[in-house]
Parts: sequence; structure tokens; C-alpha cells
Amino acid sequence: MNMELSRRGFLKAAGVGVAGTTLGAFGFSELEAAQAAAVRPFKLTNTMETRNTCPYCSVACGIIMYSKGDLRKGETAEIIHIEGDADHPTNRGTLCPKGAALKDFVKAETRLKYPMIRKPGSDKFERVSWDQALDRIARLMKDDRDANFIAANAAGVPVNRWTTVGFLAASATTNETAWLTYKVVRSTGIVAFDNQARV
Amino acid sequence: MTNSWTDIRNTDLVVIMGGNAAEAHPCGFKWVTEAKANRGAKLIVVDPRFTRSASVADFYAPIRQGTDIAFLLGVINYCIQNDKIQWEYVKAFTNASYVVKEGFAYNDGLFTGYDENKRDYDRSSWEYEIGPDGFAVVDETLQNPRCVWNLLKAHVATYTPEMVERICGTPKDKFLKVAEMISECSSPTKTMTSMYALGWTQHSKGSQNIRSMAILQLILGNIGVRGGGMNALRGHSNIQGLTDIGLMSNLIPGYLNIPVERETDFTTYMSSRTFKPLRPNQTSYWQNYRKFFVSFQKVMWGDAATPQNEFAYQFLPKLDVPAYDVLRYFEMMHQGKVNGYFCQGFNPLLAFPNRQKITESLSRLKWLVTMDPLETETSRFWENHGEYNNVNPASIQTEVIQLPTTCFAEDEGALVNSGRWLQWHWAGGSPPGEAKHDTWIMAQIHLRLRALYEKEGGPFPDPILNLTWNYRDRNEPSPEELARELNGYVVETVYDQADPTKVVLEKGKQVVNFSALRDDGTTACGCWIYSGCFNEAGNNMARRDNTDPDDTGAYPNWSFSWPLNRRILYNRASADLQGNPWDPSRKLIAWDGTKWSGYDVPDIAPTSPPNVVGPFIMNQEGVSRLFARGLMREGPFPVHYEPFEAPIANVVAPKVRGNPVARIFQNDVAQFATSEEFPYAATSYRLTEHFHYWTKHNSVNATLQPEFFVEISEQLAAEKGIAQGSWVRVWSKRGEVKAKAVVTKRIKPLICDGKPVHVVGIPLHWGFTGQARKGWGPNSLTPFVGDANIETPEYKAFLVNIEPTTAPATV
Repeated sequence: MNMELSRRGFLKAAGVGVAGTTLGAFGFSELEAAQAAAVRPFKLTNTMETRNTCPYCSVACGIIMYSKGDLRKGETAEIIHIEGDADHPTNRGTLCPKGAALKDFVKAETRLKYPMIRKPGSDKFERVSWDQALDRIARLMKDDRDANFIAANAAGVPVNRWTTVGFLAASATTNETAWLTYKVVRSTGIVAFDNQARV
Repeated sequence: MTNSWTDIRNTDLVVIMGGNAAEAHPCGFKWVTEAKANRGAKLIVVDPRFTRSASVADFYAPIRQGTDIAFLLGVINYCIQNDKIQWEYVKAFTNASYVVKEGFAYNDGLFTGYDENKRDYDRSSWEYEIGPDGFAVVDETLQNPRCVWNLLKAHVATYTPEMVERICGTPKDKFLKVAEMISECSSPTKTMTSMYALGWTQHSKGSQNIRSMAILQLILGNIGVRGGGMNALRGHSNIQGLTDIGLMSNLIPGYLNIPVERETDFTTYMSSRTFKPLRPNQTSYWQNYRKFFVSFQKVMWGDAATPQNEFAYQFLPKLDVPAYDVLRYFEMMHQGKVNGYFCQGFNPLLAFPNRQKITESLSRLKWLVTMDPLETETSRFWENHGEYNNVNPASIQTEVIQLPTTCFAEDEGALVNSGRWLQWHWAGGSPPGEAKHDTWIMAQIHLRLRALYEKEGGPFPDPILNLTWNYRDRNEPSPEELARELNGYVVETVYDQADPTKVVLEKGKQVVNFSALRDDGTTACGCWIYSGCFNEAGNNMARRDNTDPDDTGAYPNWSFSWPLNRRILYNRASADLQGNPWDPSRKLIAWDGTKWSGYDVPDIAPTSPPNVVGPFIMNQEGVSRLFARGLMREGPFPVHYEPFEAPIANVVAPKVRGNPVARIFQNDVAQFATSEEFPYAATSYRLTEHFHYWTKHNSVNATLQPEFFVEISEQLAAEKGIAQGSWVRVWSKRGEVKAKAVVTKRIKPLICDGKPVHVVGIPLHWGFTGQARKGWGPNSLTPFVGDANIETPEYKAFLVNIEPTTAPATV
């Protein structure tokens, strides 16, 4: 067994409980070994812990995500468990019925995996590559901005606004996403800019 | 929030009105439970429904939705009539003593200056009298009949307990019990916290709902103290952050403003933003506006923002209307004036009012781009789902591009909680399929657009071509790099004016906080109020020291709280005129003869002696405002206005329908109903098992609350012949839904103006994608009108009809 445990995995393994018994049983009698083999290993051993925040309401409960694989080593990481962070001052480890089911969001069947395009009048989405989708978006934006950008008002005052395209941003994204979104959208002259804070 | 979730433990009285924290913010509600268990705090809930919060309250009072202002002005009237006022606080820390100009008046529900055709006021009379010294005139004796205190007293006198009962349907004895409990918090050693959410904001006068409670909290002396405050619970995990960073039509990060057309150049723009103090010695912190604005321009456009070109002032768009908010924009879309639209993590088909109009509007777009981790109804608005989305795809010519994004678990960065804590989080999982970070997607859109302008040219490409983009990986700026921009950095080395060998600010370093920002282009900063979050000390948002000296609830070394890591706003007001805490057991900061210190970062210059500079340093007055001057569109005091669809006429202003200055579009007027056509008062809300239209994609949550329902009283069920669990049709003048009926004792008819009013409760979590059963949301029914100041749609009070029906055809 790989004994390179994460901190929490080690604490749990060393503590009283199924995992501790299992680990302690190795090297002893056949009976004990057989018993140990029959017990499901503690699922969080050999997992990576990552601190995150519940993405739903703005109580912003601390959570710990456990994954197989380590993103920081460039590995693919699969989240296998999410629980409340007992060190967090606000929630102290508790989660509500939404937070407690967060893994279901990460792994929802309706997670989107590929860029899609629905053509005018069509009744279905069709898969496209990122390049196709992004080139198409840039072209649509450029053509519309070129045609409809308002550089000056009737009095000749520069107003530099673009009113025929709008952007709704998301208040479940990070500050850093919000800031980059702000930069990109503002630089185009888009004025129909809004987010969920409005509603 | 002025305070924080963990500070609620310090309170004596919690008032939940306009929210339902036990249901919608359960883990934050824990701090109410802590206050009750450890301090003997009491909980009052005022709500049209007997909610989950009400079920653990010490006292519950029913109220008709849309009448909170009448209730709160009634409580203010009670406090004044019974001398339950924190007088020292009111006299020193509010504008009670300020004298209002001759000519200001209030009659028949309207203030001076109303223009019915414009649905707007000339607000020039809503101002202080200015003395020969250039400062506002005050009367510290409060004798002047035109001083704010006497105007407030006269204004609220209408709202007697009898009037409150007549408007709100709250029985007089219950109202009086609430008023009495609240009024006890006028003691300097007792405090009350206000916990509110969308139950107050989603009204055509939402801002004034909140102002009413703010006025009450000020006359009780409960702002700036531990266990007090105005605490907006807020919705999404980063709704505070998106507001702070100003992703809105008219905002620049840190609550600065996008110019309007009459602000033709930077000098003109700044001329209305000098923020000269209105009283001697006051801080009026917005006097630093120019530093924050110039530093923003520098972070956006770097070397292209120079003193010669007014720091690229013309790179910003100028507005011709107050804002292109979503209601205005969907109206424009409906009129065919919009070609393309982006929805990043937003589901307007279920989130915006009058769904039929939203469907028609989206169908008139040439193209729509959606970015989301999950399927949304919006990205499939063109898809037929029988009764649930009855459209003909062949007739919808909108091209839709759906982009898959990562979710929280695969992303790194900071979210700002309701208590203004910027909390950093890390990615722990790999995205599914080809899903990408929003930062990568936004970078790709920018870089491709930039390349097209470089190649082809086009109208005014300057702001695009000069956008600062010096990231290590141009294709994907890292969260750390973006956070460092938000904090701000030094563009050019600044030397001490007295000693030119001394470096004050060194080029390339992060600024320590916003006090270092300058208006000459030597500093850059994305969002001044966040400055300090990522300085040379490192990423302060990632701090995880959860020690809490003396258990004040401040947790000063956990993450970073804006501004300047301050945990309670206006905390100077927690101490009296000599600088001693009003309540020694709840000390926050105190004056030790030379400086302010204590458990929190002082919200005043640390060496500024007490009794000189007022605690409300952002205001030109240095004090808080019971009288809002011209800053609110409806008037300097709140007035009870009925919702646009109300079961009774306005008894205090019979000639006024709805909010007299709320913007209404001509096309929507015909769709406002009267109570003759639609007799029942509907409202909308969340359930604890779901988050908006999001968790219906999760098997656990979809199992816990699988299908759409509406809640009605036993009395209404009996009148309409509706059986528990049977199908009902609920319709408004704009659309209809079908739902299972939950007949409950939690809703009871109210008697308003002598007439019974039945409430219909409509939760908001169902649509036609995901794992839960298909259903509808309240937005199929609600009116297309918003708050007069900020255009938040009126989801909480509208009229419907109801009848038994049969199940919808399954799809």
C-alpha cells in the first residue's frame, strides 16, 4: 500500500476507525488479514485535498475537495468527495443540503463538454471545435461593431459606445474572471453590461 | 453587509424581514442560533409566510408583500412617539440637525418637484440650507421646524399602528409587539441586526425598503457596532464581487461611474465629483476619486493613458441613458434593436420577468453566445419542450453558440462573501471533456478580436489594441496576475518631494493599499476598494489563520476584507463622542488619547481625535443621512407605494399607482393587471434544497425537491375547490404555469383595508433541463418593471388567478 498519505488521510488512518484497523492488520494472522481484506479501504486515503468555497450562496462556506490525482503535478484529477471545512470560521464544517451534494454538480450528467452551435432554424446543437466557435464569435463581433459602433453623438461629442451587442456576466465566477471579463468587454465599447446583482 | 456572518453572534435582536435565512442561507443562519443560545438574543420574523426562519423565531408577524415601508415607518414612528431613540448617536452621527432648504415639502404621496409626464422629480429642493460660510446649516437643538429630525417626525406620523394594520394586514397587537421589541435596542448597550435579502430588493421600490430599515437602525444607534448593521445576505457566491468590480452598464470598479454624454471631457467629468465637505473638518473620502479613476485608466491602458490624452478618458463609452440594464436591454431586443448577446453563467430565460417577452426577444437576436458549466434553458430557448417551452425551432433564426466552462472545483481565484471577505480558493479537479476556464475563453475572444482589428482596421480600435495584456501566457492570464492588477502596482518610481533621494513608491512593486494611489499616472489599480488584497506581503486573500482574539467574531487574519481588511464598516460609530465604546462589553475600537485602536481596522484616520471628524467618512457631511437629499429618485424619505399590481389601492397616496418614478415601457403598461381581473397576491422564493435553476441538474437535489409546486392557504383552497396535491393552473396577465398545489397552514389570508387578501407562494427552481421534473418558474408570471433606482425586477409582489386543472402533457 502506498503510504504517502495526505495530512487528513494520515490523521484518519492513524485514528480509531475502519481505516486504522485495516492498516494495522497487515502482517498479522491470516484471519486478521482476511478480515482486513473484506473491509472497504477508507476512500480518502491517497487523495489530494484542496480548499475551495461552496459556489452557491454568499455565506461562502469553506469546503475540502478530495481528488484522485494531483493537478499541481500536472496530473488529471478526479474529485471523489467534497465535505465542509471544519477550520472555516463561518460554517465550521457544516454544509446545507446544496453544499452537501456538491459532488453531484461537479459530476452532473448535464455538464457541458464541447462547444456546440445551433444554426438558425435548426432543432439541434452540433459539435464544433474551439477554434471554429471562437473564430465565429470574433467575426460576428467585429462585423457588428464595425457596422454599428457609435463614435460621436449628434453634437459631435465622442461617445464611443456599441449598443447592438450586450454581455451578461456571472456572479458565480471569481473576481479574477470578473476582472478579465470587465477588461475585455469595456474595451469594445459595449454598454449593455450587467450581472445577477441586478436581479 | 456592513458586518459579517460571524459577527451576528454579538447581537441582542435579529430581525429577519425581506429574507428567509434559515431556508436560503442555512450555514450563515447558524450565527443567529449562536446568538440565541449564548447571549439570549431574540429573533423576530416578519414575512407573508410562516417560513423556516419563522419556525424558530421568538416572535412572528405576518405582513402583505410589498408593504415593508409602511411597516418600518410605523416602527420609526413608534420609536419617536415613545422616545426610544439613541439620542447622543442621532445628534452626533446623523444629519438629524441639518436644516433643509425652504420650499421642500411632501403632500399626497409626492415630494416637491414631481413631473408626471417625465415620471421624475426636479430634486433641487431636496437639499440642505447652505450658510454664508459655505457649509450646511445645522440646528443642534433640533428646534428648527425644517431640520431633518422634525421633517422625519412629521413624515412618519401617518404610519400609526392602525394604518400599518390597514396597509400591511399585520394585526395591530402583533405590530406593537414587534415595535416594542425593536425599540428596546435604542439603548447604547443593546443592539439589533437586520438580515434581509431579495425579499426587499425585488420590488419596484426595493432601495427604499432598505433605506427604511437603515433609518431605523440609525435612530437606534445600531450602525457601526458589533452585532448591529444592515446585513444584505446576498444571493450568488460572488454577487458582492461582481458588484464591487462593477460589471454593470454604468460602473467602473470600486463604485466609480462610466461617464454620461454631457461629461464631454475629463475636466467636466471631475467637476461634479469634487466631494467638497459639507461641514468643517470632515474627511469626505471621495475627494480621492481622481486618484482611483486615473489608476483605473492606467491599469486598463498603460502607456496609452497619458496626462496629454486625459488618461485615455475617451476610451470609455459615454452613456445616453442612465444605464443599459437588463430590462431596458430586453425591451430593446424585443424591438429588434439588438443583434448579439453573451450570457456568461446566466440563465435569463428563467431569471428575467415576463418569460414570453424574453423568448420573443431572444428569438429576434441574430446570435447568442452562452458560457456555462451546465445546460441552461437559455441556451436551448429555441428547443420545443411541449407546454414547458412551446416554441417552433424552425421559426427561430438565432444562431446559438454554446461554450462549456469549468465549474468552481476546477477553477482558482477569490469570491467575496456577503461580509466582504475576499476568500481565495484552489482548483482540485480536471474539467470534463473540452470545458475551459472563463479566463481562457475571454482571453481568446479578446485576442481574436484584436487580431481582426490589427489586420482589417475598423472604427476606434484604440481601446482594444491598447488594452494592457502583459500576461506570462497571453492565451490564459493566471488568477494571480489578475488579482495583482486588482490590487494595483507602481507604474513609475515616485520620490519624496522633500528628499529626492528617498523612494516613496518603487516601480514594479505592488501598492500596499489604496492610500498609495496617485492621480498623476504613476500608479495603476483595477479596483481601489480591493487594494491591499495582494500587495508585497503576498496574497492576503489566501490567509487561513482562524484565530479570533477575545472571540469578537472578527477573525482579522482570515482572508482579506475590503476595505483595508476592515471587518465592520463605520466602526468609529461604535464609540461615543469621547471615543469610548458605547457598550464596553462590545468594544470594537477606542480612542486612547493619541490614536484609535482595538479589534478592527479603524474606519477613520487612526490619529484623528474624536468629536472632530464624523464616523461616516464617505459622506460629505461626515454623518449618516436620515434625509437622503437628492440621492434617491423617489424622495429623501421613503413613502409607502403599492406594487404595480396590488390587491388594494394605496391608502396613503390614493392617486399614485406603483412607484411614481419607476420606469415603465409603453408596451408593458397594458400587461399590468388590476385586482378585479387577478385577485390574488403572489410572491416568489427559494427552497433550501435548491439553488436557482442550477441544482435541478444534481441527482441529490433533484430527488429532495423533485417537482414544481405552489403554496396556498386552506381558506383559498376551500374557496377554489383545490385539493392537497392536485394540479392547479396559475396565471397572470403575462403567462401561466401548472403546478401541484401545496395547501398549507403556513399561509393565512390577511385583512388589508378591510378586505381579505390571499397569498399565493411560488418557488423558483424548475425549468426544462436537468434531472428534476420539468416545470416552470415565477418569471412566466411576473411584471416587466424594476426598482426606480437600480431596476431590480419586481418578483416579490404581483397578481395572479388560480383554478384547478389537469396534469400537463408529459414530454
